[in-house]
Amino acid sequence: MTDNIVEIDNLSFGYKGRLLHKGINMAFPRGKVVAIMGGSGSGKTTLLRLIGGQIKPTQGEVRVDGMVVHEQDRDGIYQLRRKMGMLFQHGALFTDLSTFDNVAFPMRELTDLPESMIKDLVLMKLNAVGLRGAHALMPTELSGGMARRVALARAIALDPCIIMYDEPFAGLDPISMGVICDLIRSLNDALGATSIIVSHDVKETFLIADYVYFVADGVVAAEGTPHDLMQSPLPFVHQFVHGEKDGPVPFHYPAGNYQSELLKQRL
Amino acid sequence: MIARVWRLGAGARLFFLTIIYSGESFRRFHLTLREIYFTGVMSLLIIIVSAFFVGMVLALQGYNTLQKYGSSEAIGVLVALSLVRELGPVVTALLFAGRAGTAITAEIGLMKTTEQLSAMEMMAVNPIARVVAPRFWAGVISMPILAALFSMVGVLGGYLVAVPLIGVDSGAFWSQMQANVDVRADIINGVIKSVVFAVACTMIALFEGFDAPPTAEGVSHATTRTVVISSLTVLGLDFVLTSFMMVV
Repeated sequence: MTDNIVEIDNLSFGYKGRLLHKGINMAFPRGKVVAIMGGSGSGKTTLLRLIGGQIKPTQGEVRVDGMVVHEQDRDGIYQLRRKMGMLFQHGALFTDLSTFDNVAFPMRELTDLPESMIKDLVLMKLNAVGLRGAHALMPTELSGGMARRVALARAIALDPCIIMYDEPFAGLDPISMGVICDLIRSLNDALGATSIIVSHDVKETFLIADYVYFVADGVVAAEGTPHDLMQSPLPFVHQFVHGEKDGPVPFHYPAGNYQSELLKQRL
Repeated sequence: MIARVWRLGAGARLFFLTIIYSGESFRRFHLTLREIYFTGVMSLLIIIVSAFFVGMVLALQGYNTLQKYGSSEAIGVLVALSLVRELGPVVTALLFAGRAGTAITAEIGLMKTTEQLSAMEMMAVNPIARVVAPRFWAGVISMPILAALFSMVGVLGGYLVAVPLIGVDSGAFWSQMQANVDVRADIINGVIKSVVFAVACTMIALFEGFDAPPTAEGVSHATTRTVVISSLTVLGLDFVLTSFMMVV
């Protein structure tokens, strides 16, 4: 058994004639928290979808627990996904189900556990994210941070080996951000899982990640521990981690001459 | 044109997958029962009120014509046959498309927009088995019952106008209806029509929701398309089925 639970090997992916990823190599060791960072539109979320088998690579392969994801049939993909949990950017809670039923959903759908045991497990998962008292609330009654925590409880409902997080800190207040940050690390260690975080929030991600990949222009532009990357001399990484306005990624979208455009009657 | 053919193919594929993954809808019938409540029971009010008015108007218009030929007692037959053979299945399908069809499309479209379907997929739960199939069977079960109710309430509306209001003989109203409405040629054919319309309307609503671009505008257009395509399909199918039933 390899030490890496997920391996991405020479992966290329594109659509409509445009290559989004060009020969990416990544490894996600068991028990670690690994972050994929990069600017908006750099294909970070697409990498999660490739790992989950929702889309197929143009070239190369993704291996999960030694199995090539895109070579699996529907049942094989579903077997692999039972080892995964995913936290979507906005939670993706089922709006017609209560908090309790949302967390119970994967247990009821994928296991034959009796309802009494499901109740105990759900309350345990909700307690782990600090929301046992909110079990009766509907998703519309939850704040953004609470919804994200319920979604996290649902993602870990079946104790997955891999937990994927798509922008887990986006749009949260500093307190909720801190809570989610702490939960990702503590749940990963408690479950002995591997966490893959896609994010562009440098401070929070660097706080909990063991290893970070930077994706830019379809390739892995840099990789290393958060400490290494903070010291990185690479212009793109330096601009990204220090949040500088201008650098290799220009502030302005490519455009024509400003003065002549202002003098023109119409755009 | 190519896009339309592609959509037709994608719709047919969704239909076959829905049939293949329908086992869950019957093994866990409470999922289907819940959808029957939302599509069928919640459509009852609009169906009953519409049927009542349609029956009353049929009686008024029918009497106006029939009395010129001295056969106003045949009003019961006219109302019953119009409802059972045509108006019951067709108007129910049109109302169903407007009331339940749009709700199905909007719900599934929003589930897609808010990544609920993707979340289900990532949990190794098949959205076609869990979301699409129970709604499909709920529509197929609900619509023939709604069409039957439509015809019954329509006949009652026609009776109230024809007998107490206009003064047609009550015995003639019912006996002529009993003598001239045939179970196989009229009632069974009406039921067949409503089942076909149910499959078409529900499938169109489900496909439009499933295929909707994940944006507010995408869901809005999909909802509109559900009503337009369902209505045209029902009217077209009605002509085809009626012709076929006349020949056989």
